[in-house]
Amino acid sequence: MIHVENLYKKFGKNQVLSGLDLTIDQGGIFAILGPNGSGKTTLIKAILGMVIPNEGSISVLNTTIKNKWKYRQEINYLPQIANFPGNLKVRELIAMIKDIRQKPSEEENLIALFGLEPFLDKKLSNLSGGTKQKVNIVLTFMFNSPLIVLDEPTTGLDPLALIHLKELIFKEKAKGKTFLITSHIMQFVEEVSDEVVYLLEGKIYFKGSIEQLKTKTEETTFEHAIAAISTYNHHD
Amino acid sequence: MRSRWSYVYFLFYLLLGFVLLFLNNELSKAVITLMNVIIVLVPLIGTIFGVMYYYNSKEFTELLLAQPIKRSSIFLGQYLGVAGSLTMSLVLGLGIPFVLYGLFQSNAIWDFSLLLITGAFLTLIFTALAFNIALSNENKIKGFGYAVLAWLFLAVIYDGLFLMSLIVFEEYPLDSLSLAATMFNPIDLSRTLILLKLDISALLGYTGAIFKQFFGTGLGLVISICMLLLWTVLPIWRLGHIAKRKDF
Repeated sequence: MIHVENLYKKFGKNQVLSGLDLTIDQGGIFAILGPNGSGKTTLIKAILGMVIPNEGSISVLNTTIKNKWKYRQEINYLPQIANFPGNLKVRELIAMIKDIRQKPSEEENLIALFGLEPFLDKKLSNLSGGTKQKVNIVLTFMFNSPLIVLDEPTTGLDPLALIHLKELIFKEKAKGKTFLITSHIMQFVEEVSDEVVYLLEGKIYFKGSIEQLKTKTEETTFEHAIAAISTYNHHD
Repeated sequence: MRSRWSYVYFLFYLLLGFVLLFLNNELSKAVITLMNVIIVLVPLIGTIFGVMYYYNSKEFTELLLAQPIKRSSIFLGQYLGVAGSLTMSLVLGLGIPFVLYGLFQSNAIWDFSLLLITGAFLTLIFTALAFNIALSNENKIKGFGYAVLAWLFLAVIYDGLFLMSLIVFEEYPLDSLSLAATMFNPIDLSRTLILLKLDISALLGYTGAIFKQFFGTGLGLVISICMLLLWTVLPIWRLGHIAKRKDF
């Protein structure tokens, strides 16, 4: 599904990714974890072609993505910060994205699910952070694509919306889709993810199931296992 | 938001056109006054609108970048949107009063069309320069500052340097130098083109005669238009080039 080889990325003097290799197979939910600034978002943006790597190659759905853009038709992406043009109404934004993607979409169910009907004719600049995130989720899930990338999907969501989001993720996973998720909420990661990819200093430090991680770190809870793996390195 | 401002811009030109015609009472005189306004104002507006639009639509750009659209189409689309609407405002805003005044019956029509064409070119050039500057500078204030400086340099400082060099090297033959120097500044180039078309090159003195010899011929006109085109195409090309490499 996704194959990343020897990826290097530097922002100014800051080496974010240094020789990262990663293979993601089709189907299942992969959580990308790591401390702040470990390169999670950079990796995701590189896969989406928004960040141009200094070195290395990425292929999505068996084609290298360099200088290509059509493959993004097969990816649904939820950005970390819902930065929408403030002068658009929610309805206009949804219509615009539909117009760009030219794909069948099912936004009505999603709008109803997250209770967004009263906001459809409001401008995006007047929405609260959580409501913006709900709009963000609707935009991400309304198309049927084999790869779904979620960057911090839980930010600002109320408990009910969080439950809906999890249901949505499981429903799509049952259809055989692949998810890449980053999150700092360990409880959420533990609930949804099949496999964990741990990034540290621009490399994959660990990749495997949560059980494997617990055995490796000899911890009983996932949260402590993650904490242990991040402190491991500091002692070396 | 952007459409509202281009309406204001349109209304401004409409008003300017009517006022100038009213005050001058003659088409060709109004064209001359208009030239002075266009030469300075059009580049300034193009620069400021270009920079403002780019920084304002940053979120929108990021949204589009994650969608299946080619990068160059996103940025070229934005550029053409701004430059196109500014050009439309200019052409319609000035065109309507002049047409109402009886432009088609007068012999000033060619002077006027040349004025609008150079105005359109200046809009395209300076909006493209502004986009280039904005794209290369993450920091809004820096980007804005550089863009205004670029305008100030080409509109005012360049002329000053040019004149100083003419005074310093006055013993040498300077025709080709001054010709070349004019070519390398789109504002000077436009001004010279219009002045010569208006047949007031006598005002320019000795250099005017040389310029007349050069620009007055068909070849001179073709070369100047080519230079303006080059000034338009190069920044647009660089725009696409940077856009391909930039991280978001």
